[in-house]
Amino acid sequence: MELKLPIYLDNNATTPMDPRVLEAMLPYFVEKFGNAASRNHSFGWVAEEAVDYAREQVAKLINADPKEIIFTSGATESDNLALKGVYEMYSSKGNHIITCTTEHKAVLDTCKHLEKQGAEITYLEVQADGLVDLNELEKAIKPETILIAIMYGNNEIGVIQPVKEISKIARKHGVLFFTDGTQAVGKIPVDVQADGIDLMAFSGHKMYGPKGVGALYVRRKNPRVKVTAQMDGGGHERGMRSGTLNVPSLVGFGKACEICMNEMESEAKRLSKMRDRLENALMQLEESYRNGNKEHRLPHTANISFKYVEGEGLMMGFNKDIAVSSGSACTSASLEPSYVLKALGLGDDLAHSSLRFGLGRFTTDEQIDYTIKAVTDTVNKLREMSPLWEMFKEGVDINAIEWAHH
Amino acid sequence: MAYSEKVLDHYTNPQNVGTLDKAKQNVGTGLVGAPECGDVMRLQIEVDEASGLIKDAKFKTFGCGSAIASSSLATEWLKGKTVDQALAIDNMDIVEELNLPPVKIHCSVLAEDAIKAAINDYRVKNGLPELVLEQKAH
Ligand SMILES: Cc1ncc(COP(=O)(O)O)c(C=O)c1O
Ligand code: FES
Repeated sequence: MELKLPIYLDNNATTPMDPRVLEAMLPYFVEKFGNAASRNHSFGWVAEEAVDYAREQVAKLINADPKEIIFTSGATESDNLALKGVYEMYSSKGNHIITCTTEHKAVLDTCKHLEKQGAEITYLEVQADGLVDLNELEKAIKPETILIAIMYGNNEIGVIQPVKEISKIARKHGVLFFTDGTQAVGKIPVDVQADGIDLMAFSGHKMYGPKGVGALYVRRKNPRVKVTAQMDGGGHERGMRSGTLNVPSLVGFGKACEICMNEMESEAKRLSKMRDRLENALMQLEESYRNGNKEHRLPHTANISFKYVEGEGLMMGFNKDIAVSSGSACTSASLEPSYVLKALGLGDDLAHSSLRFGLGRFTTDEQIDYTIKAVTDTVNKLREMSPLWEMFKEGVDINAIEWAHH
Repeated sequence: MAYSEKVLDHYTNPQNVGTLDKAKQNVGTGLVGAPECGDVMRLQIEVDEASGLIKDAKFKTFGCGSAIASSSLATEWLKGKTVDQALAIDNMDIVEELNLPPVKIHCSVLAEDAIKAAINDYRVKNGLPELVLEQKAH
Protein backbone atom coordinates (compact mmCIF):
# COMPACT_ATOMS: atom_id res chain seq x y z
CA MET A 1 0.00 0.00 0.00
CA GLU A 2 1.05 3.54 -0.59
CA LEU A 3 2.08 5.66 2.36
CA LYS A 4 -0.61 8.10 3.37
CA LEU A 5 0.41 11.32 5.12
CA PRO A 6 -0.18 12.85 7.59
CA ILE A 7 -0.25 9.89 9.95
CA TYR A 8 -2.75 9.96 12.80
CA LEU A 9 -1.48 8.09 15.85
CA ASP A 10 -3.54 9.84 18.49
CA ASN A 11 -6.56 7.56 18.44
CA ASN A 12 -6.82 7.63 22.24
CA ALA A 13 -7.72 11.30 22.01
CA THR A 14 -10.35 10.73 19.37
CA THR A 15 -10.88 8.46 16.39
CA PRO A 16 -11.84 9.46 12.87
CA MET A 17 -15.41 8.55 12.04
CA ASP A 18 -15.83 5.43 9.96
CA PRO A 19 -17.44 6.32 6.62
CA ARG A 20 -19.98 3.54 7.22
CA VAL A 21 -21.06 5.37 10.36
CA LEU A 22 -21.54 8.62 8.52
CA GLU A 23 -23.58 6.87 5.88
CA ALA A 24 -25.92 5.45 8.50
CA MET A 25 -26.35 8.89 10.07
CA LEU A 26 -27.05 10.97 6.98
CA PRO A 27 -30.80 10.26 6.55
CA TYR A 28 -31.44 11.39 10.11
CA PHE A 29 -30.55 15.05 9.61
CA VAL A 30 -32.91 16.35 6.95
CA GLU A 31 -35.29 13.57 5.97
CA LYS A 32 -35.87 11.71 9.21
CA PHE A 33 -35.53 14.61 11.59
CA GLY A 34 -38.25 13.69 14.08
CA ASN A 35 -38.13 13.91 17.84
CA ALA A 36 -37.96 10.43 19.31
CA ALA A 37 -40.26 11.60 22.09
CA SER A 38 -43.07 12.60 19.69
CA ARG A 39 -45.48 9.77 20.27
CA ASN A 40 -48.29 10.88 17.97
CA HIS A 41 -46.95 10.93 14.45
CA SER A 42 -44.77 9.04 12.06
CA PHE A 43 -41.87 11.49 12.28
CA GLY A 44 -41.55 10.66 15.94
CA TRP A 45 -42.03 6.94 15.38
CA VAL A 46 -39.27 6.80 12.79
CA ALA A 47 -36.89 8.56 15.14
CA GLU A 48 -37.88 6.37 18.06
CA GLU A 49 -37.36 3.26 16.01
CA ALA A 50 -33.90 4.43 15.05
CA VAL A 51 -33.01 5.15 18.66
CA ASP A 52 -34.33 1.78 19.79
CA TYR A 53 -32.23 0.06 17.20
CA ALA A 54 -29.14 2.03 18.21
CA ARG A 55 -29.77 1.15 21.83
CA GLU A 56 -29.81 -2.52 20.88
CA GLN A 57 -26.58 -2.22 18.93
CA VAL A 58 -24.89 -0.46 21.84
CA ALA A 59 -26.21 -2.92 24.42
CA LYS A 60 -25.14 -5.91 22.39
CA LEU A 61 -21.53 -4.79 22.24
CA ILE A 62 -21.24 -4.97 26.03
CA ASN A 63 -23.73 -7.82 26.56
CA ALA A 64 -26.28 -5.61 28.31
CA ASP A 65 -30.02 -5.26 28.05
CA PRO A 66 -31.07 -2.26 25.93
CA LYS A 67 -33.03 -0.94 28.91
CA GLU A 68 -29.75 -0.64 30.79
CA ILE A 69 -28.33 1.92 28.37
CA ILE A 70 -28.69 5.61 29.24
CA PHE A 71 -27.64 7.82 26.36
CA THR A 72 -25.57 10.88 27.24
CA SER A 73 -23.39 13.47 25.53
CA GLY A 74 -20.23 11.45 26.06
CA ALA A 75 -18.05 9.78 28.63
CA THR A 76 -17.48 12.95 30.64
CA GLU A 77 -21.19 13.27 31.25
CA SER A 78 -21.51 9.54 31.92
CA ASP A 79 -18.70 9.72 34.49
CA ASN A 80 -20.43 12.66 36.16
CA LEU A 81 -23.81 10.97 36.14
CA ALA A 82 -22.44 7.73 37.56
CA LEU A 83 -20.48 9.31 40.39
CA LYS A 84 -22.82 12.12 41.35
CA GLY A 85 -25.90 10.03 40.66
CA VAL A 86 -24.76 7.14 42.88
CA TYR A 87 -23.51 9.49 45.57
CA GLU A 88 -26.89 11.18 45.80
CA MET A 89 -29.00 8.06 45.38
CA TYR A 90 -27.13 6.04 48.02
CA SER A 91 -26.37 8.80 50.50
CA SER A 92 -28.29 7.01 53.23
CA LYS A 93 -25.95 4.02 52.89
CA GLY A 94 -22.69 5.92 53.09
CA ASN A 95 -20.50 8.62 51.64
CA HIS A 96 -17.26 6.83 50.79
CA ILE A 97 -16.00 6.24 47.24
CA ILE A 98 -12.81 4.45 46.23
CA THR A 99 -11.05 5.40 43.02
CA CYS A 100 -7.43 5.57 41.86
CA THR A 101 -4.91 8.24 40.92
CA THR A 102 -4.66 7.37 37.23
CA GLU A 103 -8.32 7.90 36.40
CA HIS A 104 -9.39 10.36 33.73
CA LYS A 105 -9.98 13.93 34.90
CA ALA A 106 -13.70 13.45 34.31
CA VAL A 107 -13.64 11.00 37.22
CA LEU A 108 -11.03 12.70 39.41
CA ASP A 109 -12.50 16.17 39.16
CA THR A 110 -16.00 14.85 39.78
CA CYS A 111 -14.66 13.15 42.90
CA LYS A 112 -13.09 16.47 43.98
CA HIS A 113 -16.47 18.08 43.50
CA LEU A 114 -18.15 15.42 45.63
CA GLU A 115 -15.58 15.91 48.36
CA LYS A 116 -16.80 19.47 48.69
CA GLN A 117 -20.31 18.10 49.10
CA GLY A 118 -19.23 15.88 51.97
CA ALA A 119 -18.03 12.73 50.23
CA GLU A 120 -14.98 10.91 51.45
CA ILE A 121 -12.83 9.73 48.56
CA THR A 122 -9.94 7.28 48.69
CA TYR A 123 -7.52 7.76 45.80
CA LEU A 124 -5.65 4.46 45.58
CA GLU A 125 -2.12 4.66 44.31
CA VAL A 126 -1.29 2.32 41.48
CA GLN A 127 1.69 0.01 41.23
CA ALA A 128 4.69 0.83 39.03
CA ASP A 129 3.04 -0.97 36.11
CA GLY A 130 -0.14 1.09 36.46
CA LEU A 131 -2.36 -1.63 37.94
CA VAL A 132 -4.25 -1.21 41.20
CA ASP A 133 -3.26 -3.45 44.06
CA LEU A 134 -6.29 -5.62 44.86
CA ASN A 135 -5.28 -6.04 48.49
CA GLU A 136 -5.03 -2.30 48.93
CA LEU A 137 -8.41 -1.95 47.27
CA GLU A 138 -10.07 -4.43 49.59
CA LYS A 139 -8.40 -2.88 52.62
CA ALA A 140 -9.80 0.52 51.67
CA ILE A 141 -13.39 -0.70 51.89
CA LYS A 142 -15.27 0.29 55.02
CA PRO A 143 -18.90 0.30 56.16
CA GLU A 144 -19.52 3.71 54.56
CA THR A 145 -18.21 2.65 51.15
CA ILE A 146 -20.86 2.86 48.45
CA LEU A 147 -18.87 2.76 45.23
CA ILE A 148 -15.62 1.60 43.66
CA ALA A 149 -14.72 3.61 40.56
CA ILE A 150 -11.80 2.08 38.66
CA MET A 151 -11.37 2.52 34.92
CA TYR A 152 -11.22 -0.36 32.46
CA GLY A 153 -8.37 0.72 30.16
CA ASN A 154 -6.18 3.74 30.78
CA ASN A 155 -6.12 6.45 28.13
CA GLU A 156 -2.45 7.35 28.52
CA ILE A 157 -0.68 4.06 29.07
CA GLY A 158 -3.34 1.60 27.95
CA VAL A 159 -3.14 -0.71 30.96
CA ILE A 160 -6.23 -2.81 31.61
CA GLN A 161 -7.26 -3.03 35.25
CA PRO A 162 -8.27 -6.41 36.71
CA VAL A 163 -11.94 -5.60 36.33
CA LYS A 164 -13.27 -9.07 37.08
CA GLU A 165 -11.33 -9.30 40.33
CA ILE A 166 -12.36 -5.79 41.32
CA SER A 167 -16.02 -6.59 40.77
CA LYS A 168 -15.72 -9.72 42.89
CA ILE A 169 -14.33 -7.68 45.74
CA ALA A 170 -17.09 -5.12 45.29
CA ARG A 171 -19.78 -7.83 45.33
CA LYS A 172 -18.32 -9.49 48.37
CA HIS A 173 -18.65 -6.25 50.32
CA GLY A 174 -21.96 -5.14 48.86
CA VAL A 175 -20.39 -2.14 47.14
CA LEU A 176 -21.30 -0.95 43.64
CA PHE A 177 -18.66 -1.06 40.91
CA PHE A 178 -18.42 1.66 38.28
CA THR A 179 -15.85 1.55 35.49
CA ASP A 180 -14.89 4.14 32.90
CA GLY A 181 -14.81 1.95 29.81
CA THR A 182 -14.16 4.74 27.32
CA GLN A 183 -10.89 3.36 25.99
CA ALA A 184 -11.78 -0.32 26.23
CA VAL A 185 -15.29 -0.67 24.82
CA GLY A 186 -15.16 -1.54 21.14
CA LYS A 187 -11.44 -2.36 21.32
CA ILE A 188 -11.43 -5.45 23.53
CA PRO A 189 -14.27 -7.73 24.68
CA VAL A 190 -16.15 -5.99 27.47
CA ASP A 191 -19.01 -8.00 28.96
CA VAL A 192 -20.90 -6.36 31.79
CA GLN A 193 -22.24 -9.73 32.96
CA ALA A 194 -19.01 -11.69 32.92
CA ASP A 195 -17.08 -8.69 34.23
CA GLY A 196 -19.57 -7.97 37.00
CA ILE A 197 -19.91 -4.30 36.15
CA ASP A 198 -22.71 -2.26 37.75
CA LEU A 199 -22.17 1.00 35.90
CA MET A 200 -19.98 1.84 32.92
CA ALA A 201 -19.25 5.00 30.96
CA PHE A 202 -18.23 5.00 27.31
CA SER A 203 -18.18 7.31 24.33
CA GLY A 204 -18.88 7.33 20.60
CA HIS A 205 -15.87 9.26 19.39
CA LYS A 206 -13.30 6.80 20.74
CA MET A 207 -14.74 4.01 18.61
CA TYR A 208 -15.09 5.60 15.17
CA GLY A 209 -18.48 7.11 15.95
CA PRO A 210 -19.48 10.76 16.25
CA LYS A 211 -18.39 13.16 18.99
CA GLY A 212 -20.76 14.42 21.64
CA VAL A 213 -22.55 11.14 22.23
CA GLY A 214 -21.98 8.37 24.72
CA ALA A 215 -23.68 6.11 27.20
CA LEU A 216 -23.87 5.07 30.78
CA TYR A 217 -24.65 1.43 31.42
CA VAL A 218 -26.74 1.09 34.57
CA ARG A 219 -27.42 -2.45 35.80
CA ARG A 220 -31.09 -3.38 36.24
CA LYS A 221 -30.82 -6.79 37.88
CA ASN A 222 -28.65 -8.29 40.63
CA PRO A 223 -28.52 -5.65 41.90
CA ARG A 224 -30.87 -3.07 40.48
CA VAL A 225 -28.86 0.13 40.37
CA LYS A 226 -30.29 3.62 40.31
CA VAL A 227 -28.72 7.00 39.84
CA THR A 228 -30.14 10.40 40.67
CA ALA A 229 -30.60 12.43 37.51
CA GLN A 230 -28.20 15.32 37.05
CA MET A 231 -30.19 16.83 34.22
CA ASP A 232 -33.83 17.53 34.98
CA GLY A 233 -36.51 18.02 32.37
CA GLY A 234 -38.76 15.92 30.20
CA GLY A 235 -37.88 12.65 31.87
CA HIS A 236 -36.09 11.04 28.93
CA GLU A 237 -33.89 7.99 29.39
CA ARG A 238 -36.11 6.58 32.10
CA GLY A 239 -35.84 9.78 34.05
CA MET A 240 -32.11 9.49 34.47
CA ARG A 241 -31.13 11.93 31.75
CA SER A 242 -33.54 14.45 30.30
CA GLY A 243 -33.01 16.14 26.98
CA THR A 244 -34.21 15.50 23.44
CA LEU A 245 -32.21 12.61 22.03
CA ASN A 246 -29.57 13.37 19.44
CA VAL A 247 -30.98 10.93 16.92
CA PRO A 248 -28.40 11.11 14.09
CA SER A 249 -25.50 10.79 16.52
CA LEU A 250 -27.14 7.90 18.32
CA VAL A 251 -27.69 6.15 15.00
CA GLY A 252 -23.99 6.65 14.33
CA PHE A 253 -23.03 5.48 17.80
CA GLY A 254 -25.08 2.32 17.30
CA LYS A 255 -23.52 1.65 13.92
CA ALA A 256 -20.05 2.24 15.37
CA CYS A 257 -20.76 -0.33 18.08
CA GLU A 258 -21.98 -2.84 15.53
CA ILE A 259 -18.86 -2.45 13.40
CA CYS A 260 -16.58 -2.75 16.44
CA MET A 261 -18.40 -5.88 17.50
CA ASN A 262 -18.00 -7.51 14.09
CA GLU A 263 -14.40 -6.53 13.55
CA MET A 264 -12.98 -6.49 17.04
CA GLU A 265 -11.27 -9.83 17.03
CA SER A 266 -9.31 -9.41 13.82
CA GLU A 267 -8.75 -5.72 14.42
CA ALA A 268 -7.29 -6.20 17.90
CA LYS A 269 -4.85 -8.76 16.49
CA ARG A 270 -3.85 -6.49 13.62
CA LEU A 271 -3.34 -3.52 15.93
CA SER A 272 -1.38 -5.32 18.61
CA LYS A 273 0.93 -6.73 15.97
CA MET A 274 1.60 -3.28 14.55
CA ARG A 275 1.89 -1.75 18.00
CA ASP A 276 4.41 -4.38 19.08
CA ARG A 277 6.44 -3.82 15.95
CA LEU A 278 6.50 -0.08 16.57
CA GLU A 279 7.32 -0.51 20.22
CA ASN A 280 10.03 -3.10 19.71
CA ALA A 281 11.71 -0.94 17.11
CA LEU A 282 11.64 2.15 19.30
CA MET A 283 12.79 0.23 22.36
CA GLN A 284 15.96 -0.48 20.40
CA LEU A 285 16.94 3.09 21.09
CA GLU A 286 19.24 3.38 24.05
CA GLU A 287 17.64 4.67 27.26
CA SER A 288 14.07 4.21 26.15
CA TYR A 289 11.52 3.00 28.67
CA ARG A 290 8.12 1.42 28.20
CA ASN A 291 5.48 2.86 30.51
CA GLY A 292 2.82 0.59 31.96
CA ASN A 293 2.18 -3.12 32.19
CA LYS A 294 3.18 -4.99 29.07
CA GLU A 295 0.64 -7.84 29.21
CA HIS A 296 -2.51 -6.30 30.56
CA ARG A 297 -3.04 -3.53 28.09
CA LEU A 298 -5.06 -2.30 25.17
CA PRO A 299 -3.90 -3.58 21.78
CA HIS A 300 -3.51 -0.17 20.20
CA THR A 301 -1.57 1.87 22.76
CA ALA A 302 2.14 2.28 23.43
CA ASN A 303 3.72 4.79 25.77
CA ILE A 304 7.48 5.20 25.72
CA SER A 305 9.88 7.63 27.40
CA PHE A 306 13.01 8.59 25.52
CA LYS A 307 15.29 9.76 28.27
CA TYR A 308 17.26 13.00 27.79
CA VAL A 309 14.95 14.41 25.12
CA GLU A 310 11.88 16.46 25.87
CA GLY A 311 8.54 15.30 24.50
CA GLU A 312 7.31 18.46 22.88
CA GLY A 313 10.67 19.15 21.27
CA LEU A 314 10.58 15.59 20.03
CA MET A 315 7.11 15.84 18.52
CA MET A 316 8.11 19.02 16.75
CA GLY A 317 10.59 16.98 14.74
CA PHE A 318 7.84 15.12 12.96
CA ASN A 319 4.47 16.60 13.77
CA LYS A 320 4.14 17.95 10.27
CA ASP A 321 3.62 14.32 9.24
CA ILE A 322 2.77 12.39 12.40
CA ALA A 323 0.28 13.17 15.17
CA VAL A 324 1.04 11.66 18.56
CA SER A 325 0.76 13.04 22.08
CA SER A 326 3.19 13.54 24.93
CA GLY A 327 3.12 13.60 28.72
CA SER A 328 5.42 16.59 28.63
CA ALA A 329 4.29 19.69 30.48
CA CYS A 330 5.45 21.84 27.60
CA THR A 331 2.46 20.61 25.63
CA SER A 332 0.03 21.88 28.21
CA ALA A 333 -0.69 25.20 29.82
CA SER A 334 0.34 23.89 33.22
CA LEU A 335 3.94 23.26 34.13
CA GLU A 336 3.19 19.78 35.41
CA PRO A 337 3.96 16.72 33.32
CA SER A 338 1.43 13.86 33.05
CA TYR A 339 -0.06 12.94 36.43
CA VAL A 340 -0.67 9.42 35.15
CA LEU A 341 3.01 8.81 34.44
CA LYS A 342 3.96 10.38 37.75
CA ALA A 343 1.51 8.06 39.50
CA LEU A 344 3.56 5.15 38.15
CA GLY A 345 6.50 6.60 40.04
CA LEU A 346 8.24 8.01 36.99
CA GLY A 347 10.49 10.96 37.69
CA ASP A 348 9.46 14.25 36.14
CA ASP A 349 12.34 13.95 33.69
CA LEU A 350 10.99 10.69 32.24
CA ALA A 351 7.43 11.98 32.25
CA HIS A 352 8.58 14.98 30.21
CA SER A 353 10.24 12.62 27.75
CA SER A 354 7.25 10.45 26.93
CA LEU A 355 5.29 9.88 23.77
CA ARG A 356 1.94 8.14 23.49
CA PHE A 357 1.16 6.26 20.29
CA GLY A 358 -2.50 5.43 19.74
CA LEU A 359 -3.04 3.24 16.70
CA GLY A 360 -6.41 2.85 15.05
CA ARG A 361 -8.57 1.29 12.38
CA PHE A 362 -6.98 3.29 9.60
CA THR A 363 -3.36 2.84 10.63
CA THR A 364 -1.27 0.99 8.05
CA ASP A 365 2.00 -0.92 8.14
CA GLU A 366 3.57 1.68 5.88
CA GLN A 367 2.66 4.37 8.38
CA ILE A 368 4.26 2.39 11.19
CA ASP A 369 7.48 2.02 9.17
CA TYR A 370 7.53 5.73 8.52
CA THR A 371 6.90 6.51 12.19
CA ILE A 372 9.66 4.23 13.40
CA LYS A 373 12.15 5.99 11.16
CA ALA A 374 10.98 9.52 11.93
CA VAL A 375 10.93 9.04 15.70
CA THR A 376 14.28 7.27 15.73
CA ASP A 377 15.93 9.97 13.63
CA THR A 378 14.49 12.77 15.73
CA VAL A 379 15.46 11.18 19.04
CA ASN A 380 19.01 10.77 17.76
CA LYS A 381 19.15 14.30 16.44
CA LEU A 382 17.83 15.84 19.65
CA ARG A 383 20.15 13.80 21.81
CA GLU A 384 23.05 15.26 19.89
CA MET A 385 21.64 18.60 21.00
CA SER A 386 20.89 17.58 24.59
CA PRO A 387 23.26 18.62 27.38
CA LEU A 388 21.83 15.82 29.51
CA TRP A 389 22.65 13.19 26.90
CA GLU A 390 26.20 14.51 26.75
CA MET A 391 26.52 14.31 30.54
CA PHE A 392 25.06 10.81 30.52
CA LYS A 393 27.55 9.72 27.88
CA GLU A 394 30.41 11.22 29.87
CA GLY A 395 29.27 9.43 32.99
CA VAL A 396 28.26 12.59 34.87
CA ASP A 397 25.71 11.89 37.57
CA ILE A 398 22.86 14.17 36.57
CA ASN A 399 21.08 13.70 39.88
CA ALA A 400 24.13 14.97 41.75
CA ILE A 401 23.96 18.34 40.03
CA GLU A 402 22.27 21.09 41.96
CA TRP A 403 19.62 22.28 39.57
CA ALA A 404 17.92 25.58 40.09
CA HIS A 405 14.22 24.78 40.44
CA HIS A 406 11.63 27.34 39.73
CA MET B 1 -0.57 25.67 18.58
CA ALA B 2 1.41 26.27 15.43
CA TYR B 3 5.05 27.30 15.56
CA SER B 4 6.34 30.46 13.95
CA GLU B 5 8.42 30.18 10.81
CA LYS B 6 11.50 31.34 12.72
CA VAL B 7 11.14 28.84 15.52
CA LEU B 8 10.80 26.07 12.95
CA ASP B 9 13.81 27.35 11.12
CA HIS B 10 16.05 27.32 14.20
CA TYR B 11 14.67 23.96 15.27
CA THR B 12 15.34 22.39 11.88
CA ASN B 13 18.71 24.06 11.37
CA PRO B 14 19.99 24.92 14.81
CA GLN B 15 23.02 27.19 14.84
CA ASN B 16 26.06 26.57 17.02
CA VAL B 17 25.15 23.28 18.62
CA GLY B 18 28.13 21.96 20.47
CA THR B 19 30.54 22.10 23.33
CA LEU B 20 33.45 24.41 24.16
CA ASP B 21 36.24 23.41 26.52
CA LYS B 22 34.89 24.57 29.84
CA ALA B 23 38.31 24.26 31.46
CA LYS B 24 39.67 27.12 29.39
CA GLN B 25 40.17 30.43 31.16
CA ASN B 26 38.39 32.38 28.43
CA VAL B 27 35.33 30.13 28.23
CA GLY B 28 32.26 30.84 30.29
CA THR B 29 29.61 28.15 30.80
CA GLY B 30 26.04 28.63 31.92
CA LEU B 31 23.85 25.66 32.78
CA VAL B 32 20.29 26.58 33.71
CA GLY B 33 16.90 24.92 34.10
CA ALA B 34 16.31 21.48 35.57
CA PRO B 35 15.49 18.08 34.10
CA GLU B 36 12.39 17.90 36.32
CA CYS B 37 11.11 21.09 34.77
CA GLY B 38 11.52 19.69 31.30
CA ASP B 39 14.13 22.17 30.23
CA VAL B 40 17.90 22.39 30.62
CA MET B 41 20.00 24.82 28.64
CA ARG B 42 23.75 24.94 28.47
CA LEU B 43 25.23 27.97 26.80
CA GLN B 44 28.93 28.70 26.44
CA ILE B 45 30.88 31.72 25.28
CA GLU B 46 34.51 31.98 24.29
CA VAL B 47 36.00 35.45 24.67
CA ASP B 48 38.87 36.72 22.56
CA GLU B 49 41.21 38.08 25.20
CA ALA B 50 42.82 40.70 22.99
CA SER B 51 39.64 42.31 21.68
CA GLY B 52 37.23 41.41 24.47
CA LEU B 53 34.77 40.18 21.90
CA ILE B 54 32.85 36.93 22.10
CA LYS B 55 34.40 34.93 19.29
CA ASP B 56 32.43 31.75 19.67
CA ALA B 57 29.24 30.59 21.34
CA LYS B 58 27.75 27.11 21.58
CA PHE B 59 24.67 25.59 23.10
CA LYS B 60 22.99 22.34 23.94
CA THR B 61 19.38 22.30 25.04
CA PHE B 62 16.96 19.76 26.43
CA GLY B 63 13.54 21.29 26.00
CA CYS B 64 10.74 22.19 23.67
CA GLY B 65 11.20 23.61 20.19
CA SER B 66 10.95 27.17 21.46
CA ALA B 67 13.70 26.55 24.00
CA ILE B 68 15.93 25.09 21.29
CA ALA B 69 15.18 28.03 19.00
CA SER B 70 15.79 30.57 21.79
CA SER B 71 19.20 29.15 22.57
CA SER B 72 20.15 28.85 18.92
CA LEU B 73 19.21 32.48 18.36
CA ALA B 74 21.05 33.55 21.52
CA THR B 75 24.31 32.02 20.31
CA GLU B 76 23.95 33.82 17.00
CA TRP B 77 23.44 37.13 18.73
CA LEU B 78 26.32 36.59 21.15
CA LYS B 79 29.00 36.19 18.55
CA GLY B 80 30.90 39.40 17.89
CA LYS B 81 29.49 41.21 20.93
CA THR B 82 31.49 42.38 23.91
CA VAL B 83 30.63 40.74 27.20
CA ASP B 84 28.93 43.93 28.33
CA GLN B 85 26.85 44.14 25.17
CA ALA B 86 25.87 40.51 25.67
CA LEU B 87 24.59 41.33 29.13
CA ALA B 88 22.08 43.68 27.58
CA ILE B 89 20.29 40.90 25.66
CA ASP B 90 16.78 40.79 27.03
CA ASN B 91 14.46 37.81 26.84
CA MET B 92 11.79 40.02 25.28
CA ASP B 93 14.11 40.62 22.30
CA ILE B 94 14.07 36.86 21.78
CA VAL B 95 10.30 36.69 22.18
CA GLU B 96 9.90 39.36 19.55
CA GLU B 97 12.37 37.90 17.08
CA LEU B 98 10.89 34.38 17.33
CA ASN B 99 7.26 35.43 17.72
CA LEU B 100 6.89 33.33 20.84
CA PRO B 101 3.39 33.02 22.30
CA PRO B 102 2.88 33.87 26.00
CA VAL B 103 3.16 30.26 27.20
CA LYS B 104 6.63 30.06 25.66
CA ILE B 105 8.04 33.21 27.22
CA HIS B 106 9.71 31.14 29.92
CA CYS B 107 11.82 29.43 27.24
CA SER B 108 13.25 32.84 26.34
CA VAL B 109 13.80 33.70 30.00
CA LEU B 110 15.80 30.52 30.23
CA ALA B 111 17.97 31.66 27.34
CA GLU B 112 18.59 35.02 28.99
CA ASP B 113 19.44 33.24 32.25
CA ALA B 114 21.85 31.00 30.38
CA ILE B 115 23.62 33.98 28.79
CA LYS B 116 24.00 35.67 32.17
CA ALA B 117 25.15 32.47 33.86
CA ALA B 118 27.80 31.99 31.16
CA ILE B 119 28.98 35.58 31.57
CA ASN B 120 29.16 35.20 35.33
CA ASP B 121 31.16 32.03 35.00
CA TYR B 122 33.56 33.87 32.71
CA ARG B 123 33.81 36.81 35.12
CA VAL B 124 34.51 34.66 38.16
CA LYS B 125 37.16 32.72 36.26
CA ASN B 126 38.84 35.96 35.36
CA GLY B 127 38.81 37.51 38.79
CA LEU B 128 35.85 39.82 38.25
CA PRO B 129 33.05 40.04 40.79
CA GLU B 130 29.93 38.02 40.09
CA LEU B 131 27.01 40.11 38.94
CA VAL B 132 23.87 40.01 41.01
CA LEU B 133 21.03 39.42 38.57
CA GLU B 134 17.40 40.24 38.86
CA GLN B 135 15.18 37.18 38.89
CA LYS B 136 12.64 37.12 36.12
CA ALA B 137 9.45 35.21 36.53
CA HIS B 138 9.44 31.90 34.72
C1 LIG C 1 -10.84 7.26 29.97
C2 LIG C 1 -11.62 8.42 29.47
N1 LIG C 1 -12.69 8.84 30.14
C3 LIG C 1 -13.43 9.89 29.73
C4 LIG C 1 -13.11 10.58 28.58
C5 LIG C 1 -13.98 11.72 28.14
O1 LIG C 1 -14.77 11.33 27.08
P1 LIG C 1 -15.71 12.34 26.26
O2 LIG C 1 -14.78 13.08 25.37
O3 LIG C 1 -16.64 11.46 25.51
O4 LIG C 1 -16.40 13.22 27.23
C6 LIG C 1 -12.00 10.16 27.85
C7 LIG C 1 -11.59 10.90 26.63
O5 LIG C 1 -10.69 11.72 26.65
C8 LIG C 1 -11.23 9.08 28.30
O6 LIG C 1 -10.16 8.66 27.63
S1 FES D 1 11.03 24.20 27.52
FE1 FES D 1 9.08 23.77 28.34
S2 FES D 1 7.81 25.09 27.21
FE2 FES D 1 9.74 25.50 26.38
